[in-house]
Amino acid sequence: MDAFWIILTGALVAATCGLLGCFLLLRKMTMVGDAISHAVLPGIVLAYLVAHTRASLPMLIGAAIFGVLTTIIIEILNKKGKLQIDAAIGVAFTWLFAIGVILVSAFADKVDLDQECVLYGEIAYVPLNTWIVNGQNMGPQTVWILSINFVIILLYIILGYRGLQLTSFDPLFAATLGIATSFWHYSLMSAVSLTTVLSFESVGAIMVVAFLVGPPAIAYMLTDNLPKMLLLSVLSGILAAIGGYFLSSWVNGSIAGAMVSCIGLEFIIALLIKKGKEKTSMEDAAHHIREAGFSKHSP
Amino acid sequence: MGNLFEFLLLDDPNVRWVLLAVVLMSASSGVVGTFTFLRKRALIGDAISHAILPGICLAFMLAQTKNPFFLLLGAFTTGWLGLFCIDMITARTKLKPDAALGLVLSVFYGFGVLLLSIIQNSGNAAQSGLDKFLFGKAAAMVQEDVMVFGLFSLVLISVVIYFFKAFTLITFDREYAGTIGIPVKRMELLISVLTVFAIAIGIQAVGVILMAALLITPAAAARYWTENLKWMIFLSAVFAIFAGMMGTFISYTLPKMPTGPWIVTVLSLLTVFSVLLGKKRGILYELQTQNRVKKQILGENILKCLYHLGETDDAYQRYRAFDLIQDTRSIPTRDLKRGLIILQKKNLVTVTGKEVALTPSGVEEGRRVTKIHRLWEIYLTKHMQLPSDHVHEDAEAIEHIITPELERELEKQLEYPLVDPHASPVPYKGKE
Repeated sequence: MDAFWIILTGALVAATCGLLGCFLLLRKMTMVGDAISHAVLPGIVLAYLVAHTRASLPMLIGAAIFGVLTTIIIEILNKKGKLQIDAAIGVAFTWLFAIGVILVSAFADKVDLDQECVLYGEIAYVPLNTWIVNGQNMGPQTVWILSINFVIILLYIILGYRGLQLTSFDPLFAATLGIATSFWHYSLMSAVSLTTVLSFESVGAIMVVAFLVGPPAIAYMLTDNLPKMLLLSVLSGILAAIGGYFLSSWVNGSIAGAMVSCIGLEFIIALLIKKGKEKTSMEDAAHHIREAGFSKHSP
Repeated sequence: MGNLFEFLLLDDPNVRWVLLAVVLMSASSGVVGTFTFLRKRALIGDAISHAILPGICLAFMLAQTKNPFFLLLGAFTTGWLGLFCIDMITARTKLKPDAALGLVLSVFYGFGVLLLSIIQNSGNAAQSGLDKFLFGKAAAMVQEDVMVFGLFSLVLISVVIYFFKAFTLITFDREYAGTIGIPVKRMELLISVLTVFAIAIGIQAVGVILMAALLITPAAAARYWTENLKWMIFLSAVFAIFAGMMGTFISYTLPKMPTGPWIVTVLSLLTVFSVLLGKKRGILYELQTQNRVKKQILGENILKCLYHLGETDDAYQRYRAFDLIQDTRSIPTRDLKRGLIILQKKNLVTVTGKEVALTPSGVEEGRRVTKIHRLWEIYLTKHMQLPSDHVHEDAEAIEHIITPELERELEKQLEYPLVDPHASPVPYKGKE
């Protein structure tokens, strides 16, 4: 049963991140997920200190405050300080992450968090923390929270599909159609932040980034069609979650690390498929050209 | 305080070694990172530092020892592989650079975490402390580490000094560097090798996650103090060394505190400080400059206005009411008063009650501004073929900028004209 819950947790994170990641990828904003996942750490630690609980709501508030703070710091460094954007992002998120680690170390005895948990989460402990209603075991809390998040994100993408699609592919055209591009930008950022914070505990910061970037990149390599890309991204994410679980129990290693390694493996396979396809299509094209050439000259 | 002295006197031999290593590692990151920063590759630095983790784990698995030389070799290998993958994915697939970066960063790192956990679960006693690479292990460094990392840091700094000219040219003008015979491709490769090595060394101090900061934050801070690359590299190294020492000191006094994150925090504070106060491009400095220019423009406008009034009745030093000035030219009362205080200090006007008059040097200054204004109007109508009713606005702006040399050049080119397009006379010196 434990295996089922762990795989389900991984699959939920994979599916949610896979959906959102596609839009981040198309908007060339992949590194934003990276920056957010690092920068919200101090907010999460402070929320623990203030609220004395691992409940999701205080964590979300803390993370949201620091998420906004990150964008403000980047904005000030970049616009007011005229620091180039890549350096502004780099300075802002490493600084906030450093403060987060300092807070974790300083309040180690008061905060039920440690440096390792921050980095690779505690997906193995997910089944231990169950939700009990009237003495009835309803399954792990994390699975419930992640499921609700998944439904919210799924609804957001279904309902906002047109807006998201248009603003991702051609923001200028979308603007001429009267679509509020900044609304879609900020709502997508909020959705990414929400997912990042909620997935943080179970899979850790870098794993969220891997699930946000990896499966969409694999899907993007294999198709040009957005619905297909979304589907492929979700499927390859879930496959990596399943494969990662079994890989980790085989080699006796970190579950989250194994899941990410599977993403890497999938990407290499996707690369090979793509190369194979290109080769055959090139040969086909060459063949056609030859045929056409011969038929021209034949009497 | 007692702690600080104890620390600075280097009585504790452990502190001595750790400090020496941190200083050398920070300095080499600061020096090499300046080029990473200027070539706008900050986030690639972040990806490489994450890609180093599996290399360290693999090196340990193969050699079964924490010998710093083997670990460094492993770190360099996967760091380089990560860089290669980013370039390859960007060049060969339709994925954009940001996606290639994110993918390499997270997949390499995830694989590293997997390897690290396998090592930890294997029960090998020698592995303890390997996880310190995540957040740096400055405080746990032994003499052997210090020797290897210190030596490599010195080599890195020396190579940068030796190839300084070539690196500078490639960073600022790649094309030009190629035309004067610098082997651009080979030099770029060398910079990449240095960067990967600097990262592989630096993670000993601050760890994989925060390494990007040690690489680029010192350079970002240095950028606000100088325009000269030599000084920038020097300052960047100084900032990095200062932060390294502070971080080591803090974790020495408070053993609970991690060194790496404190180094990064001190560096970030230095950057914020530089962004605010830096002598070049700093926010306060820019505001000051803006303010100074605003004051100058305000003062010159008041003088010009008084001079114009003088032209009407040929009495340049007569007292004029504030209201009269404000009727001629719309200047808010607050600005007028502020401007007059400044002008009075410079002895260009004298103020009595609600009236003001130009001093002889004030007349001269008003004449100069008026003259430039009218010369420019003539220039625009004559050489730019602009209609005479379109030239005033432009002249309003340029009159505060033109230098005496340009003024002479304008006079000469226009052959000392007597009247401007609005038939106002051009006031040459000694006219009043």
